Amino acid sequence: MNVPMILKGVGLLAVLIFPALGFSDYVLHIAISILIWGFIYTGWSIMGRFGLVSLGHGAFMGIGAYVVTMLWNHAGITPWIGIPVAVVVSGAVAIFIGFPCFRFRITGHYFALVTLALSEVVRLLIVALRDTTGGSLGVTPRSELTPEVAVSFYAMQFADKTVWFYLIVVIWLGGLLIWRAVDRSMLRYAMEAISQEDDAAASLGVHVTRAKLTVTVISAAMTAVGGAVYGQYQLYINPETTSGIAISLQIVFAVIAGGMFVQLGPTMGAVITLLLTETLRQTVGHDVYGLDVMVYGAMLVLFIIYMPRGVLGWITEVWSRRQEPRPTGTVKPQPGE
Amino acid sequence: MLELRDVATGYGSFQALFGVSLEVKAGEAVAVIGPNGAGKTSLLRVISKVIELKGGHISMEGVSLDDVPAHQVIELGIAHVPEHRRLFPRLTVEENLKMGAYMQAARERYRERLDFVYELFPRLKERRHQLAGTMSGGEQQMCALGRGLMSGPKLLLLDEPSAGLAPVIVQQVFDLVRRIRQEGYTVLIVEQNIQQVLKVVDRAYLLEVGRIKMSGAAQELLENDEVRRAYIGL
Amino acid sequence: MEFSITDPFLWETVIQGLLFGGVLALLSLGLNIIFGVIDVVWICYAELIMIGMYAIYFLYADYGVPLPLAFIAGILTVALLGAALHHFIIRPILHTEPINQLLVTGGVLFFLQGFATLVFSVEFRNLGVSFGSFAAGDMFFPISRMLAFAVSLVAVVVLWLFLKRTFLGTAIRAISQDREIMPLMGVSPQKIYLVTSALGGGLAGLGACLLVLLYDIHPAIGLTFGPITFMVCVLGGLGNMIGGFIAAFIFAEFIALGGFYAEVEWGYVMAFVFFIVMMFIRPQGIMGSKS
Repeated sequence: MNVPMILKGVGLLAVLIFPALGFSDYVLHIAISILIWGFIYTGWSIMGRFGLVSLGHGAFMGIGAYVVTMLWNHAGITPWIGIPVAVVVSGAVAIFIGFPCFRFRITGHYFALVTLALSEVVRLLIVALRDTTGGSLGVTPRSELTPEVAVSFYAMQFADKTVWFYLIVVIWLGGLLIWRAVDRSMLRYAMEAISQEDDAAASLGVHVTRAKLTVTVISAAMTAVGGAVYGQYQLYINPETTSGIAISLQIVFAVIAGGMFVQLGPTMGAVITLLLTETLRQTVGHDVYGLDVMVYGAMLVLFIIYMPRGVLGWITEVWSRRQEPRPTGTVKPQPGE
Repeated sequence: MLELRDVATGYGSFQALFGVSLEVKAGEAVAVIGPNGAGKTSLLRVISKVIELKGGHISMEGVSLDDVPAHQVIELGIAHVPEHRRLFPRLTVEENLKMGAYMQAARERYRERLDFVYELFPRLKERRHQLAGTMSGGEQQMCALGRGLMSGPKLLLLDEPSAGLAPVIVQQVFDLVRRIRQEGYTVLIVEQNIQQVLKVVDRAYLLEVGRIKMSGAAQELLENDEVRRAYIGL
Repeated sequence: MEFSITDPFLWETVIQGLLFGGVLALLSLGLNIIFGVIDVVWICYAELIMIGMYAIYFLYADYGVPLPLAFIAGILTVALLGAALHHFIIRPILHTEPINQLLVTGGVLFFLQGFATLVFSVEFRNLGVSFGSFAAGDMFFPISRMLAFAVSLVAVVVLWLFLKRTFLGTAIRAISQDREIMPLMGVSPQKIYLVTSALGGGLAGLGACLLVLLYDIHPAIGLTFGPITFMVCVLGGLGNMIGGFIAAFIFAEFIALGGFYAEVEWGYVMAFVFFIVMMFIRPQGIMGSKS
């Protein structure tokens, strides 16, 4: 066993025994939030690290959260069925928007703006369909929990945060496995070629459009699952916190802060952003609104200028340079660990 | 007028010129000839300071160019007509000429310069409202030369004015260069069309892989066996 | 609702849409210049407008500065902000991947929004200046909207003349066609970019002057106007002001008529869907040329 394997084992063990360490509900809540967002950010990076910078993931998160909650509230359909439905819907939307984009080579700024429009469409639809969705005021999944019933498996509602924690650890690990699977499959080589040069990839016989669509659908589906789980855990969703431009930008930036080229980078992004928000809230109090967002914004600017590969990307880069000193030249971004 | 001493330059780790020295006297027309990749374009680009001067010194009328930023070189009286003409394709002919007179001193005499260029190249006057990108190659070269003259330079740097043009047009372009000479401009011209250019200039330098190989009167080089064998194909 | 061509309310809506289109056109003007010339998307463009609105509001309401002076101060403030944004934030990463430049201004978006929340609080503020309405039969049009429309038209004409007639304006158009040879013309590209950024900021400031008359000011107002402004720019074809104007009016009519027949959100949904579909059909914009 090599060092990284041991580190991984210890890390996983630490995550698994975390709830048994006797932390308060608040700490457990932060940990759960980090894992949910970590999963969503990982989902975004699946496509983001190949140069497909989407500002539309608010759309997929909104679809996940609202499809599941609407099915449960209005039709009594369990989230266990609702989530697959949301995955299918978001996948369909991803294809609907992705196929023409990739086909007509809409890239860079234009791809970002088309996807931005998509996330606004979903947000506005949620607001416009206020008779069903509750509009801007948001909506609460109908609760099955009572003082007597602490666990409703059917409604995917659990009073105990420890249950949530383990459920979400499983989902989060699933996200990391998907990352690795994409990384190891042929898709990775194909996508690397694509992010360098579309035409070069095409001449290598790579199905550019198909490869791009595949990662987009995977990414959208993961984000939808994340949105659904977020809604189930928070027991409250509204269009501003699950969709639209603000949430789309939040996703992109957390990933940039953490680093999108390493497997744990997006999770690191969730750690950084959530701890920052919470620390600022603890130190300056609830009355001072805006400071966290301001510091967050300033950090992002500094990150993009000085540390474009994110904190974890930077750490691993320094680490690998110490391990095997390279003769000269700059370090090219290497997808993977 | 223009003096280069031991000039070295390059792009990143690639070195294009190794200690090049040359001189252009007032009123002269000088050519720099040589094969593809000899560093001819780099030579003009380093004079304009578009690429970094990595060694040696450049001076114009005794004023050092070593620390002058690229956009101020033109104020010393050096106009650079770049390779492939590089007109602004979606600006009109007149707007392209206007860009040539951007610097403060030239703006004040804009009308006067414009009349001068239109007189020299009446074709440009006819096409003044046409988008530069829609003109023929020869007309574009005319516009590029005109743009270079708009700043009222003392020295004109011409980078491969005949490149990519049909043989008939090439003849016309060299006629234009001759006309510019007759107006009294000092010219430093870089060309691959050696036979033609040597008929237009007074002196020439032969540049090979970043070093001056030979220099002398145009006629001398034209008659030099080595030059004839290697570059004219006789 | 029944469709009727003689319905005065329908006509009122159409004309209101036209007036709103003028405002959108003005909002997109500055962004269009930045996008067209420097090839950078200022995602925080609407937040610059928001800062301008606050500047005008406080100067007028709290410090008693006459409105025209407050307007000028507002325009200058945002122009300065625009130049600073370029100099300190865009310029260092101008040579990196283009998407980084878009994302970095997203950081600025959060910063400005947080700053406004912190300093000005989340409360909605209104300038409290009213110009009354203009009545034409059964139809009513707020004078402020007509004023905004007129200012937009004047601004676009002045800007067009500036770009067409002056040396600086010609250089701004030229630099987007061939940046590399600008030094050979005696032009410093960095200076042109800085001037363009200040110009774009100044136009955002002008937008602030109009919006402050029409809407309440709050820290999140940028999110309301930001996305639609980008869409107008892109749909119009980058750097194409006429295209931008047409796109602005199309969007405005979608929103106005959507609000008339259903709710205003439906108008926005229609406008955005229209944008997405148009991007697939004509990615170069409605007026852009294929290149």
